[in-house]
Amino acid sequence: MNVEGWGRFPRRDCRVTGPRSEDELRAQVSGGPLIARGNGRAYGDSAQNPANTVDMRRLNRMLAFDPEAGQLTAEAGVLLGDVIDAFLPRGWFPWVTPGTKYVTLGGAIAADVHGKNHRRNGSFRSFVDWIDVMGADGQVRRCSRAENPELFDFTLGGMGLTGVILRTAIRLRPVESAWIRQTAIAAPDLATAMEALEAGSDAAYAVAWIDCLCTGKSMGRSLITLGEHATRAELPDAKRADPLRTPPKRKLTMPLDAPSFTINGLSVRAFNALYYRKGAWASGVDYVDWDTYFYPLDAILHWNRMYGRKGFAQFQCALPLASAREGLEAMLRAISGARQGSFLTVLKRLGPQESAFSFPMEGYTLAIDFPVNPKSLRLLTELDAITIAHGGRFYLAKDSRMTAETLRRSDPRVDRFLAMRADAGRSGAFISGQSERLSL
Amino acid sequence: MTKPPVLILGGRSDMGLAIARRFAAAGHPIQLAARGAQGLEADRADIALRHGVAATLHEYDALKDAPDAWIDALPNLPGVVVCAIGYMGDQPTSEVDQVQAAIVLRSNFEAPALILAAFANRFVARGSGALVGISSVAGDRGRGSNYVYGSAKAGFTAFLSGLRNRLSGTPVQVLTVKPGFVATRMTEGMKLSPALTAQPAAVAAAIEKAVRRKRDVIYVKPVWALVMLIITHLPEAVFKRTRL
Repeated sequence: MNVEGWGRFPRRDCRVTGPRSEDELRAQVSGGPLIARGNGRAYGDSAQNPANTVDMRRLNRMLAFDPEAGQLTAEAGVLLGDVIDAFLPRGWFPWVTPGTKYVTLGGAIAADVHGKNHRRNGSFRSFVDWIDVMGADGQVRRCSRAENPELFDFTLGGMGLTGVILRTAIRLRPVESAWIRQTAIAAPDLATAMEALEAGSDAAYAVAWIDCLCTGKSMGRSLITLGEHATRAELPDAKRADPLRTPPKRKLTMPLDAPSFTINGLSVRAFNALYYRKGAWASGVDYVDWDTYFYPLDAILHWNRMYGRKGFAQFQCALPLASAREGLEAMLRAISGARQGSFLTVLKRLGPQESAFSFPMEGYTLAIDFPVNPKSLRLLTELDAITIAHGGRFYLAKDSRMTAETLRRSDPRVDRFLAMRADAGRSGAFISGQSERLSL
Repeated sequence: MTKPPVLILGGRSDMGLAIARRFAAAGHPIQLAARGAQGLEADRADIALRHGVAATLHEYDALKDAPDAWIDALPNLPGVVVCAIGYMGDQPTSEVDQVQAAIVLRSNFEAPALILAAFANRFVARGSGALVGISSVAGDRGRGSNYVYGSAKAGFTAFLSGLRNRLSGTPVQVLTVKPGFVATRMTEGMKLSPALTAQPAAVAAAIEKAVRRKRDVIYVKPVWALVMLIITHLPEAVFKRTRL
């Protein structure tokens, strides 16, 4: 069947299997090369293997919860949204969440996802106590910081290329309410936006949305939102009565592909200008429910169809602190120069990161999406070069088109990752479209 | 108000587990009964954790356990019993192997009928309860491609109909479910029309709703009612030449 990532590019015909138990998974592993797939939220070809794409969503049982430690043990196919559904009513929330709740725990570990609180709390890894990984030999090994630490290090951010993630124990954070106290700040240019993010170091969550089509003095014009989990005491009366419950949200769905011509410089420019004005006008403090705050796009099912049948490409890089400002300016100039707009240009401050192959590094991360066309692919290549020139690197969960050479020029850790892959038969057993494209 | 426990007979099947999850989500305690029940521990834990309800496992072999004695050994009498027991077998094998054919007939008719009948008597005595039998559209008319299975389901459908007739006027509900094609392990690898195929979760949702609404007979996908109306009304002279 046709298998595609969230960006819908590339699309490949793959044999898909769906094991229901550890034994059935073992039979797949012994049957030849494969890649595990979660809920298909990586944008490109990270979870595509024509010979065997293993859908892990049937291994989705929650196994135990320890309320003392806030530790949840679960199978890899459990969705982050399922964790929230089950545990937010009891006063728990994931410590780290990406911009969609429709990711599996296995996928979150493989990509070592981060959220709007990376600076304060680090990546998903920070709250993973252990992982059970099935190797090429069919054996399941538990790995943690103390036990099989090398496997632990490389599995976080390893994109499923170190083995199949089967089970994990993660920690949840206690929360008093399901509401986020949001502070919105309008920043007229990039320097102000970065200052606001730097000043926001006390906030639990911080993110900037950039109007990427602005040029000249207002280049980098942004809306910054800071967020905190609201305490029960601070909530307005109406919300305080049942603080862990929020009103049900209506889901919209994108039923069809939008025709490709609807996304163009003009429509994006108009949307962005409107969004900025609306945000600037409404800036201030507000209480927002968790779903709206963390997952605004999840409210529109299949929003990826907005970019039409040809799909779209995400670009996300991390830049070290010292060269971030210069690098970001160069990128924004390139984007507005190419008149390739993006609805979702997001800037976040990243904190220190420990790991062998995870994406984040202390500095800034910029995420942008573009419809796939020759012009935007040329721009993406240009952005690759700017990233490398400023000592940055790329997020494999978003990547669908970079070259093996680009990866090597951006990331000196590749050699160690390859050595790890060569060991224990991993490189012959766990293969994705991405690992082949990037020669990993 | 605490909700009555729901017992799933055949709790290992994809459909059985989906039904368990659905009733658990609605706040019912769950009893999962299956052969080798201890192998369902992860599912039991998941149901209990996710939905904050009690969930227990019960060893049950539909072809061996005597219904009355087995029910008496349960720690408490459930409020709802869902019989998701079923075994399709391989039709060509069933045509030549009487041992297998007998297992298909007994698994789809004898065992489900006898255990629901035993529950029926207890529910009538108590004055409450719902009996849910998962039958099949295959029982609406015997077809060459699966009539051993189909005829057993036909028997089960008729049994449920008779039981419902007998219990009308009592507070006990008898619900017949005809799911049509369902994407489960049993149908994996078959070429099924997506328009006619339901997901186990959709079957489960339909059953939970039908129990709440005290329905008698449901097709999960309404299109099946139409399909079977046509199939059952084809003259035999025509039908016998079809290859469905």
